[in-house]
Amino acid sequence: MAGIEEEIRRRLAEALAPSRLEVVNESALHAGHAGDDGSGESHFRVTVESAAFAGLGRVARQRLVNAALADLLAGPVHALALRCLAPGEDG
Amino acid sequence: MDEVAKRIADIIAGDDVVLFMKGTRFFPQCGFSSRAVAILEHLGVPFREVDVLQDPEIRQGIKAYSNWPTIPQLYVKGEFVGGSDIMMEMFEGGELQALLEEARIGSAD
Repeated sequence: MAGIEEEIRRRLAEALAPSRLEVVNESALHAGHAGDDGSGESHFRVTVESAAFAGLGRVARQRLVNAALADLLAGPVHALALRCLAPGEDG
Repeated sequence: MDEVAKRIADIIAGDDVVLFMKGTRFFPQCGFSSRAVAILEHLGVPFREVDVLQDPEIRQGIKAYSNWPTIPQLYVKGEFVGGSDIMMEMFEGGELQALLEEARIGSAD
């Protein structure tokens, strides 16, 4: 699949209508490490701020993100560092 | 409950703090697992680690068990707490320490 970073953005925008969305491709930092598949799109750091997270605990928030990205996490995405914020929380 | 889920349930019930991880506490095989170990060691909490790389059944089974697609996974007193991002956020906010104290785990024992 080409354009994993774009696909992550698209899925999260659609699922969570985020007020802030940062997707950083950190794959280059992991080149040659275990989990690096050479694709250059395997390791990501994502920050999502969404009203959908309000009132939810940390596990429930990440489950929303994981559900939106399920097949990516089962496939090309080897590592996803996540920060899930409700509007008004410190990021 | 299938056989793998039963094995996992037994492991989680067997110790107060259980970390499913890639590698061992001495040789973590992934940055996220390494960070999870560092947090627990910093807190001086006794924990059991389960190296999922040594057991493909557990590696897949643990993801289904808690409907959580990534490893590491931390369990305290049988309850799923989260992965390394959640551990770090809770640690930074003092919540992980509070959770462990509430469970009467750690140096106070």
